[in-house]
Amino acid sequence: MVFSPVASGPNSLLEIRNLVVSFETANGLFKAVDGIDLNVESGEVLAIVGESGSGKSVSMLAVMGLLPDNAHISADILRFNGCDMLTMKAREKRALVGRDISMIFQEPITSLNPCFTVGYQVAEVLQVHLGLKGAALRRRVIELLEAVGIANSEARLGAYPHQMSGGQCQRIMIAQAIACNPKLLIADEPTTALDVTIQKQILDLLKDLQYRSNMGLIMITHDMGVVAETADRVIVQYMGRKMEEADIVSLFEKPQSTYTKALLAALPENVKGKRLPTIGDYFQETANVAAVSAE
Amino acid sequence: MQQAGNLAVKPAAAGAAGDLLTVRDIRREYRAKGGLFRQDKITHALKGVSFSVKRGKTLAIVGESGCGKSTLARILTLIDAQTAGELQIEGEIINIAAQAIAPALRRKVQMVFQNPYASLNPRQKIGSILAEPLLLNTNMSAAARQKVVAEMLKKVGLPVEACNRYPHMFSGGQRQRIAIARALMLQPKLLVLDEPVSALDLSVQAQVLNLLADLQDEFHLTYVFISHDLSVVRYIADDILVMCFGEVAEYGPCEEVFRNPRHSYTKKLFEAQPHADIASIRRRIEARHKAAEQKAAAGAVQ
Repeated sequence: MVFSPVASGPNSLLEIRNLVVSFETANGLFKAVDGIDLNVESGEVLAIVGESGSGKSVSMLAVMGLLPDNAHISADILRFNGCDMLTMKAREKRALVGRDISMIFQEPITSLNPCFTVGYQVAEVLQVHLGLKGAALRRRVIELLEAVGIANSEARLGAYPHQMSGGQCQRIMIAQAIACNPKLLIADEPTTALDVTIQKQILDLLKDLQYRSNMGLIMITHDMGVVAETADRVIVQYMGRKMEEADIVSLFEKPQSTYTKALLAALPENVKGKRLPTIGDYFQETANVAAVSAE
Repeated sequence: MQQAGNLAVKPAAAGAAGDLLTVRDIRREYRAKGGLFRQDKITHALKGVSFSVKRGKTLAIVGESGCGKSTLARILTLIDAQTAGELQIEGEIINIAAQAIAPALRRKVQMVFQNPYASLNPRQKIGSILAEPLLLNTNMSAAARQKVVAEMLKKVGLPVEACNRYPHMFSGGQRQRIAIARALMLQPKLLVLDEPVSALDLSVQAQVLNLLADLQDEFHLTYVFISHDLSVVRYIADDILVMCFGEVAEYGPCEEVFRNPRHSYTKKLFEAQPHADIASIRRRIEARHKAAEQKAAAGAVQ
């Protein structure tokens, strides 16, 4: 494997070693994530980039405990803020997830509950994790909606998700996610379903929130443009394995892995000539991941 | 902000030779009945759109949600009638509300939709999906239909065994190839593609875009390509039409508009595109380090 290992201090916010996630299927055990190591520090933005099937979302869902029952998760180390998540009791984990680690998802309108108002949904997080009630709760919800840039926040408390645009719903999800001032925010393709000007607003909002609170931010995406605009460090994933890890400038300037080179070359802005290069031009797409990473 | 629609719109040449498609001042209104005590509510989805496309060329229509591009696509593919304005395909003036449309005309324009997971009937085998246009529009025998289907599958790079499989057995990129094959079964002149690669991964996008370019060369097809992704548009389009709230903000040759966007909305759209070049990345990282240093210094002072 060719990547520059990042020094993992004892103070890493999130530390993962050899994460393996398999699913029980009718055809046997399917390994979606096959031995991933990663670290995130406070105040840094890590992008995990890969295509469909690379296992990038599954690894983070495993950390959050959001995978279905047929998922088998194992790791040598899975530590958040010094606490061992592998041996944590369910009750402790429930208190942690949604408060200190939170996540936002890809399709904002469908990720919110259509039966409840947005005010109710943001309030729910505060009630469950912080025990807020009454006027204090309402005040905090309005504050959060303002912090994520919803105009007329007080009037919007009673709105339902279907009455809001995709961009606004994503802001509501972000409000839920930052409600308890998390130490780590995981954003799973947060702007894929959004228009480009709204994408820019949401990415700017995430960067701004991250900068102010110094939280760690993991940005999962397949879009190298989003990576270029947001990340400090990048992990490239393919078929459940890590292909490359580097700081953003090194990754774009001197990609080491063949797969990264193929991803960068497929960007339409890097096209020279008439044909867009595809991954297949770079190597035989194969389940033999070792062959891919060899130079 | 300048009024949309009064800037950089080249007047459509009146049915110039070589124009496959001409659209003049197309308007589309939707009326919601108000009832006894309220006025009808009118939504102006298209407020006077004009452009033309030459045979064999690609026009990209760019705009964000709500700009009217899907409404325009429906009018171009003869699914919906315009409220006002003129639509001409190969010199023939068309209004589906005013006249019956001959089957020969319907065959000329076909559409490829955005969502490869929703645009194929999940209960139909691929062979049947591809043969259906032939079944409905021609008198070909079953054997002849099968032969054409097999040839088309080969053209889009899929194995002939695909005929016996269902859509859910294929990936997004493969399904989009099937949708393209279906659109080409009747040998259309004009293909309207509504965000055909938006739902696909980057390298799969590349495969599908390469395929579209090859097919355009081979069959001398004309494309109207709707997209919100400017980098894809720059690669594939000859001309570009930027839409904003039902009006044309800017219209011209692709390279010219990219080099020198004039309308404020076009500029805003270009600026919002992520910059994936090294210089921009370096600048951003440097600014970030500086801000972090300042923050740390301010913290130390307190």
